[in-house]
Amino acid sequence: MSHHIVEFKDVFFRYPDGTQALGGINFRITHGESVGVVGANGAGKSTLLQHMNGYLMPASGTVTIGDLRLTKRTRQEIRRKVGIVFQNPDDQLFMPTVFDDVAFGPLNLGMDEASVRERVNKALCMVNSLALRDKPPHHLSCGQKSAVAIAAVMAMEPDILAMDEPAANLDPKSRRSLITLLKTFKHSKIIASHDLDLILDVCGRCIVIGDGVVVADGPSSEILSDRALLEENSLELPLSLQRR
Amino acid sequence: MHMADALLSPAVGTTLWAGSVAAGGYASMKLKERIDDRTIPLMGVLGAFIFAVQMVNFTIPGTGSSGHLGGGMILAILLGSHAAFLVMASVLTVQALFFADGGLLALGCNIWNLGVTPCYLVYPFIYKSMVGGSKNPGRILVVSIVSVVAALQLGAFSVVMETLLSGKSELPFSAFVLMMQPIHLAIGIVEGFVTAGVINYVRSARPEILESMAASRPIGREVSLKKVLATFALLAVITGGVLSWFASTHPDGLEWSIEKVTGKGELPQHENGVAAVFKGFQEKTAFLPDYGFKPAENELKKEKEAPPPWPGIEAGTSVAGIIGAAIVLGMIVLIGMGIRVVGRRQI
Amino acid sequence: MTFDEKYFDIGRLDRLSYGETFVHRLDPRAKVIGTMLFLLTVVSFSKYEIAALAPFFLYPMLLVTVGEIPVRFIIKKMIVVSPFAIFIGIFNPILDTRTAAVILGVSVSTGWVSFLSILLKFTLTISVALLLIATTSFSGVCHALRRLGFPALFVSQLLFLYRYLFVLMEETMRIIRARDMRSFGKRGTGLRVFVRLIGILFLRTVDRAERIYYAMLSRGFAGDMPALKRSRMVLRDLAYLSVMIACLWVFRFFPITEGIGRRVQELLR
Repeated sequence: MSHHIVEFKDVFFRYPDGTQALGGINFRITHGESVGVVGANGAGKSTLLQHMNGYLMPASGTVTIGDLRLTKRTRQEIRRKVGIVFQNPDDQLFMPTVFDDVAFGPLNLGMDEASVRERVNKALCMVNSLALRDKPPHHLSCGQKSAVAIAAVMAMEPDILAMDEPAANLDPKSRRSLITLLKTFKHSKIIASHDLDLILDVCGRCIVIGDGVVVADGPSSEILSDRALLEENSLELPLSLQRR
Repeated sequence: MHMADALLSPAVGTTLWAGSVAAGGYASMKLKERIDDRTIPLMGVLGAFIFAVQMVNFTIPGTGSSGHLGGGMILAILLGSHAAFLVMASVLTVQALFFADGGLLALGCNIWNLGVTPCYLVYPFIYKSMVGGSKNPGRILVVSIVSVVAALQLGAFSVVMETLLSGKSELPFSAFVLMMQPIHLAIGIVEGFVTAGVINYVRSARPEILESMAASRPIGREVSLKKVLATFALLAVITGGVLSWFASTHPDGLEWSIEKVTGKGELPQHENGVAAVFKGFQEKTAFLPDYGFKPAENELKKEKEAPPPWPGIEAGTSVAGIIGAAIVLGMIVLIGMGIRVVGRRQI
Repeated sequence: MTFDEKYFDIGRLDRLSYGETFVHRLDPRAKVIGTMLFLLTVVSFSKYEIAALAPFFLYPMLLVTVGEIPVRFIIKKMIVVSPFAIFIGIFNPILDTRTAAVILGVSVSTGWVSFLSILLKFTLTISVALLLIATTSFSGVCHALRRLGFPALFVSQLLFLYRYLFVLMEETMRIIRARDMRSFGKRGTGLRVFVRLIGILFLRTVDRAERIYYAMLSRGFAGDMPALKRSRMVLRDLAYLSVMIACLWVFRFFPITEGIGRRVQELLR
């Protein structure tokens, strides 16, 4: 099952204003792995995620998804394989009703009406939100919005799921149900977050990023209990590990 | 100032609707030729931005009163004529639906006054030709004020013309113009100041945004004078056609405006005639045993044949009208209450 | 109205439009066409017509009751937009003082008649427009426009506008609150602050548009906004439209009100 891998090799990226965001990123994620990406504000987490489906193209180095190398030509193809869930669900839910929004991806894949409906229902069931089908996004609560945003991505049946701060703005209960939900997914998952407890709960592996390079990479339980490493990167021990 | 349905005649309303729809079709066609994909969400979100900003009041310096933004010029400067026009039309549509600003029939007029005017007349011929490629904040300020004032004056003048042509208001042309234009002068100066302020602020804070927006517009000169003149000629023909069609098939709506233009020649005659007509009417009713719709219908026909006295308002008719209206409205209210009661029971 | 009031007002109207009644379920196209015909018929009456307008109140009344719309809310919204029509109309009684009729010894001028006519038309047209959106979701109206032949581009960005209306109003409200909290009375509400404020809001809006575009790309957007057919004109909609047209025709060309009035007069005599 080598076709669900994600590989970054010496990836460099510089924004037009001159900020160096990625300075030689290297890692490899294999099929079915759950990986947390942590680091200080501005360390390059979001930039990294934006490389996963070709919204940004590396200045040098290569990004490989499955057996495809990311280029302008393979970009469309790669976007079908990698589903990205954004930090702010308002930016992601851009259609006037939940149904339209979840159907947006499948319709772009060129599916016929009946299978689109089936996909939408399936995706909404997966996140327990079928009842919200005909509502407009602006009538939803934050938790509902982020559930629907996940459904919208899942409706495309991606091989790899990438998420940027999935639990920001969620109340504790919604956060808990999100974690339960994430644990049920069999996909490869890459989650960028400051919520270290969530990462500890969901991800077996953790990558620490600082100033655009990989600072540490290993099992979450080891990395997230390394107080010195975490504090160096403006992070702190997960609350669940702080009890002595 | 939004035009209102209640002041419109069907002829004027439909003509301006036709004009606005034509402009919308033209803008969509032009944009489709060469549009950057990212422009569609950008247009929509900027529309929401203009809508939200219009809800904010600010104090007009020196007067203590407050005003709010129109937004047509800001959009035209940022997005170019075509995209700006479509956004403006959308903003006005949402306002007509959610705030009932003006109403749906008057929406055609409002899109014309507040959309076509700034985006297709003022922006290409005043703003663009005067600013050129200049980035001088002072120059942008002056030209913005001139442009917005011009757009608002034209818009206000259109409201006057639309109202007069519809003929529902008694206001004479000169008084109406004197009332509308100065108010809009003050508003225009303030809005011009705000427009320039925003453009200059964006240019200093994030110059690349203006550049990328300019780059995503359709290439080439956006609007040529020839095309605009041709469009106007075409619209004039359509207007004439629609007006004459209405005049022939549907005299009521236009009657009064035409009478206004030609002078109220027949007036004094009627004043004397009212009593006589009333008398004749009574005689007539006395002969007819049945007062159902038939006499009323006869009377309607009579009114249509001969130039009517004041339709529907000589004394006999008015009393019947008042009684009838009270009964009809009473019935409507009863029906409504009935439905409410039944509806509650079902729940 | 203050910003907050307007904001909650729109929100309330929007919520009403997601109701589940008979009128809500009608095809949006039928309602849009019906409403436009209604408006045209109402404004086609001469400026001295009053009595014949009365039966037209049946339609807004039916929408309010069958659609379960709070009447007071609609009336309040109508009053807010009334000034322009009233302002222009009030000149009629001042400028046009010819006697139209003498009723019970009181002489009524034609100006008052035409002013009243304007007010009635205002009430009818505005209430029906508000009730259209209170009984039809905005996205429904957009899809109706699309299928009535409006350009796809126009409709797509209109849908975006609607979707982000509430998001941006909230954002604006946050900025306004921050301004008011620190402006202590009048200072800070001036033009300069206002300009800066919209400037910032504008930049945020552009950034948001960029993020939305990214989200669209991530889900396979390639230039065309896909849309599923959602509703079909069924018998119910056609029936609604035919009844509507029949009623409009009768109300327009037969003086029902006057007829009823005469008959009652006759009975009283």
